[in-house]
Amino acid sequence: MKFAVLVFPGSNCDIDCYKAVEDTLGEPVDYVWHTATDLSAYDCILVPGGFSYGDYLRCGAISRFAPVMAEVAKAAEAGKFVLGICNGFQILTEAGLLPGTLRRNMSLKFRCHDTLLRVENNGNPFTKEYALGEEINIPIAHGEGNYYCDETTLAKLQANGQIIFRYVNNPNGSLDDIAGISNERGNVVGMMPHPERAVSSLLGSEDGKKMFTSILKTWRDQHESASVR
Amino acid sequence: MLKAKVYVTIKQSVLDPQGVAVQGALHSMGFHEVGSVRIGKYMELQLDTEDRFEAEARVKAMCEKLLANTVVEDYRFELEG
Repeated sequence: MKFAVLVFPGSNCDIDCYKAVEDTLGEPVDYVWHTATDLSAYDCILVPGGFSYGDYLRCGAISRFAPVMAEVAKAAEAGKFVLGICNGFQILTEAGLLPGTLRRNMSLKFRCHDTLLRVENNGNPFTKEYALGEEINIPIAHGEGNYYCDETTLAKLQANGQIIFRYVNNPNGSLDDIAGISNERGNVVGMMPHPERAVSSLLGSEDGKKMFTSILKTWRDQHESASVR
Repeated sequence: MLKAKVYVTIKQSVLDPQGVAVQGALHSMGFHEVGSVRIGKYMELQLDTEDRFEAEARVKAMCEKLLANTVVEDYRFELEG
């Protein structure tokens, strides 16, 4: 399974994402610059955290027009796996690949600490190896992580099981305690907490590992059943 | 040359935490007449055109595509010059 880690000017969690794939899965992974115009070689695209384009105008507002984002849209359309973390989540919402948006934290403070998340849907390709309702310790580090969407969209997210993670103790004012969501199809996931920073007990938690092992398992299951046919 | 003045604010239906904080500060300073405070962005765009009709349509497109996130923000603009 081949992973791409996108790199925008101002990304700063790209190395963490790369290392998480390398150390947790040992699968091939490449850094892919924001100017790339072909992602066809990759099975999973990670959009990392950071402050792409300095968060100018709005977080993710400028990055979403980077050439590589048209390719991310194509990959999502083709059913490939896309995971946006923190700034990556903000970019995916700005790009319209995920509904809603991330507002300034209610406290107006940059929050950087461990958070407990509850797995609300373990049928998603990225969460298969978690138990439903499992509480996991994943750090956050953001100033704009306060999820918002209109009521109709929220009702849809709830009805379709698109709310993947909720905060046990809401740190930022997010609507319905939302920490991570998926698109309707489930192959595109965005979350504010950083699973790539929680892949080793030396880092304080290894609860994020299962996101990486889940996606590999999902891909292998699909791949093997395809090769049997 | 035309100049577009673009104003972007958070929608009335959406809480503006910065506005609430500033309102609180104004109240504590004794400005009790202050009702709600909304914080927004102001942008000036120099446009290399004299065609107001076209400029109107193009600035609207700029707002919709980039300058405002219409999920949570409203925008308005004026053309001058």
